[in-house]
Amino acid sequence: MPAAATAIEVDGLRKAFRIPTHRVDSLKERMVRPFASRDYRELHALDGVSFEIEQGEFFGIVGRNGSGKSTLLKLLASIYRADGGTIRMAGRLAPFIELGVGFNAELSARENVVLNGVMMGLTPQETRQRLDAVIEFAELGEFVDLKLKNYSSGMLVRLAFSLMMEVDADILLIDEVLAVGDAAFQQKCADAFHAMKAAGKTIVLVTHEMSTVEEYCHRAMLIDSGQIQYVGDPAEVGRRYLRLNFERGEAGGSVGADTSDEVRLLDAWIEGPDGERLTNVERGDEIHLRAEIEVKRDVEGLNVGLVLLNADGVGVFELNTAIAGAGKENRLRAGQRVAVSAELENPLAPGRYFIHCGVSRAATGSVILYVHNCVDFVVFGSHVPGVFALKHRIEAGVEEPGS
Amino acid sequence: MNAPTAESAAPELREVRGPSALGGGRRRFFDLLWLMSVTEFKRVYFGTVLGYVWSLVRPLMLFGVLLFVFTQVFKLGSGLPYYPVLLLLGIVNFTFFQEATQAAVTSVAAQEGVVRKTQFPRLVIPIAVVVTALFNLGLNLVIVLVFLLAWGVDPAWTWLLFPVAIAALFVLTAATSMMLSVLYVRFRDVAIIWTVLAQMLFYATPILYPLGENGLGDPSIEKALMINPLAVIFEQVRVWVLTEPNAPTAAEAAGGALHLLPAAAIFVAICLYGAWIFNREAPRIAEEL
Repeated sequence: MPAAATAIEVDGLRKAFRIPTHRVDSLKERMVRPFASRDYRELHALDGVSFEIEQGEFFGIVGRNGSGKSTLLKLLASIYRADGGTIRMAGRLAPFIELGVGFNAELSARENVVLNGVMMGLTPQETRQRLDAVIEFAELGEFVDLKLKNYSSGMLVRLAFSLMMEVDADILLIDEVLAVGDAAFQQKCADAFHAMKAAGKTIVLVTHEMSTVEEYCHRAMLIDSGQIQYVGDPAEVGRRYLRLNFERGEAGGSVGADTSDEVRLLDAWIEGPDGERLTNVERGDEIHLRAEIEVKRDVEGLNVGLVLLNADGVGVFELNTAIAGAGKENRLRAGQRVAVSAELENPLAPGRYFIHCGVSRAATGSVILYVHNCVDFVVFGSHVPGVFALKHRIEAGVEEPGS
Repeated sequence: MNAPTAESAAPELREVRGPSALGGGRRRFFDLLWLMSVTEFKRVYFGTVLGYVWSLVRPLMLFGVLLFVFTQVFKLGSGLPYYPVLLLLGIVNFTFFQEATQAAVTSVAAQEGVVRKTQFPRLVIPIAVVVTALFNLGLNLVIVLVFLLAWGVDPAWTWLLFPVAIAALFVLTAATSMMLSVLYVRFRDVAIIWTVLAQMLFYATPILYPLGENGLGDPSIEKALMINPLAVIFEQVRVWVLTEPNAPTAAEAAGGALHLLPAAAIFVAICLYGAWIFNREAPRIAEEL
């Protein structure tokens, strides 16, 4: 395979949607009021996007909701037409915007596979040749002539996924497919992605899931407000994406200023057992959290609080302590430094976490300083369903009836 | 571009232009069209035990009722020995037009999920509906043939012209379906409007009332009817299939071949408009839905 040949080349891609201020959706209305306002608002979903993807590359596209990433995907998949710019592609592309979307519940698995295969650009003969492989991979041999309406959702997902594996396109376009299915199926997806990556397929993956991007992608692209923010190292894309999430997410609901003329957050970090700074903590290892606050002018009793949030911006836990109680005798003097240190157990599910730091008046509770995202760190370890792993005991016993 | 390369050499870059009516190549269009029509047809006919019976029952019931009402109550077509066959043939052909167009109206919108999430030539959807209806027509025509022979209509060489009329009907139906399916995406009342219009077209086409001697026999009305392209097609079908000596050809009914020009113009206009508007809207259907 010739190295570094281009698989997808996008140049100056633009796409705007017209949103009518008054939607006319009947002919009657159009006839009755022929001159009704046809004003519309233009929403620039993509505004001059250019990038290249090499053959054999596993490329991630990351962005918040409404950033334009889905529009980009649909343009690549020829579902939307671009307003400007060009897309050039080498080879056949199979888009998977949603698993099993082309399926018709009234038809059998066999008919659906053939129909979908042809939709994705295979000839009917090619599709029929692959039918057996698809059914076998999906472990649906005995149900091949059953109508899909009689399938369980798990069977449907398996069928859709194995079809995706077998269409054997040059370029695969995948949107959030990993989000479906149970743990076993997700494992199968993961295996399949590794296999495709090893086989040197060009894969474009659109997702919210930073761990997926960092695990599979050679390169990733961060897109926001219809423009490319960054292309390159997936880990860096992950960091920027999360930063973007927090900047925006908190802009409206900020509880306090991030600077104050009374106190200043000098530093905050996570420490290892030997005092070294960490960015990764294994699940189960205790988290040592440190912060340093400088007092800029004399001030009465203060409280300091630390809020732990996960990558979705959900507050997981909050810890508070008084720096000094209220009252004149507890006055802090300018120039003093306060060292905050906290130890907390770590049952957190693997993923990225953030810490916000706030300082408030002990007497009134009003927040005088609130610094977003002063520390971020990654918890690694085996997968845990949910937000964190609670200590638990569970047992199931069999009881004989009537005994 | 078509350099036959050995092995899977790196494919060259080609521009992607987004969705369109026929995008993705002609071969793919016809493959997909054929598959979709056949699977839909099979679904209807083999999906339920009475599938075929049901689709026959509708035109036959209509035929039975109309035959009774118009021969027994209104004494229409009493002088025409072939009136029942003519009626049945007309109903079967019109059923094709009506079923296809009515199913086509909502076809594109009904496939919303597929249209918004996958890429394929958009034109396949309404045309597949029409092709499925065409298969239906083929089966129903077998029944008509049995009736024809039972009524003692002799096969004539002009029967060979019948497919020409069906081809014209198919083209008109397809163009109408394209237009309706894409208009419905924007204007949801198209479905209701079309139900009414199709019913009007049924009466504006010589199906119930034969033209000429022993039939309608009013030259001015017959002339006006011949503006309707469907009327022209149906009248020619009558002339070619039933071979009645007294049946006026479309040209005769219109009062001269030149008077068929408006119908021809309307036919061409519908075809061009259907193709034009579908082609124009196809790239944006996914956004409008």
